[in-house]
Amino acid sequence: MAGNIRLEVVTPEASVVSEDAQIVVAPGTLGEFGVLIGHTPFLTTLKLGTIRYKAADGVEKCVFISSGFAEALPDKVTVLAESAERRRDIDIERVKEALKRAQERLASKKPDINYERARAALARALHRIKLVGTRG
Amino acid sequence: MATLKEVETKIGAVKKTKQITKAMNMVATSKLRGAQQKMDAFRPYAFKFAEVLGSLAEKAGEEASPLLIPREEVKKIHVILCTSDRGLCAGFNAHLISMAQKFAKEKSEQNIEVVFTNFGKKGRNWCRKSGFPILNEHLGIVGAKFGFSIATVAGQRAVDGFLDEEYDEVYIVSSEFVSMARQTPVMQQLLPIQPIELPEEETTEEEKPYLAEHICEPSTNELLGDMLPRHVYVQLYSALLETSTSEHAARMTAMDNATKACDDMVDALTLAYNKARQAGITADLMDIVGGAEALKG
Repeated sequence: MAGNIRLEVVTPEASVVSEDAQIVVAPGTLGEFGVLIGHTPFLTTLKLGTIRYKAADGVEKCVFISSGFAEALPDKVTVLAESAERRRDIDIERVKEALKRAQERLASKKPDINYERARAALARALHRIKLVGTRG
Repeated sequence: MATLKEVETKIGAVKKTKQITKAMNMVATSKLRGAQQKMDAFRPYAFKFAEVLGSLAEKAGEEASPLLIPREEVKKIHVILCTSDRGLCAGFNAHLISMAQKFAKEKSEQNIEVVFTNFGKKGRNWCRKSGFPILNEHLGIVGAKFGFSIATVAGQRAVDGFLDEEYDEVYIVSSEFVSMARQTPVMQQLLPIQPIELPEEETTEEEKPYLAEHICEPSTNELLGDMLPRHVYVQLYSALLETSTSEHAARMTAMDNATKACDDMVDALTLAYNKARQAGITADLMDIVGGAEALKG
């Protein structure tokens, strides 16, 4: 492999990841894509999911992101996400609570709830739980 | 002339007030630091966002999103007013409100209806008093801890209302944090989105059209359509951050001045107290001397 590519994951509240990676795999809205060094300039929206990357030392790492977008340049991938968390930073208790809340809200069938938001919250929680459950 | 006891009580009271203002000053200082850190944390995101969006907007036309198209006839406008929840920060809220008021008056004279969304209790109270309709109010956000999601939710509402043609323009009045000593109220147009300018710092000439050869997925216009609402959230979030920081800075300065004023007052009162005490002693002495003279005689 020719070398490492820089990965930056930025949210409005913090910079979550800033390190070199051998390969980055991200969930684009039109499908998952992988980026190696020397990638052609590329811009896409991202959907809820996981960015997986192999760090320079060969360790595979995962970052959860809710929607955002990514820009790939030959030597750098920048991900702008509304929220992002490394796997080890996910607070499982909080996620479970969020999951319960979302489920209750969807089950309550009250007219004044925002279904779209509740469903999005549910999807986020489920995805986080799934991510924590994976190995590596 | 005030009696000794009265002056003493007054000095005690002013000293207590000084303790409070000093404590508030310190609280504001520490909160200001937190708010500034948040602003710093947001900067990389905002910068990158503006960069990408700016170059996208150059490529795409106005038809890319209805958010870009100005309405021919403006009948109703929506003003998002950011103020603080609490007072004791000198003219901070008054400046913001007077700007909103001037603007609303101007528009009302042109027969344009004005509705408000309020961040902060002070602005809300003013809206209620002056009878402007309030679409939404968000209390306990400015000056406190809040996340980007607040801006997303409020921004979404603003965008939805604009698309549903509930109103034809959206403005935001907020405070710009210029320096510790200066916070100026500013007004920006959120919707329809103004032509986007590239951020000034760090963009050198040859870098500018760097997105020209980007492959976009989905198409440029779709991408732009996805990013423009976010642009509104980003602006809103940034305005809220700036207003929070300004509030703390304004309060810090106000409390610093108050503490100084307390010091001056204590000095003046102490002087009055000593004068009164001295006068008392002199009077007592005169009495004693007078009494002794009388006995001698």
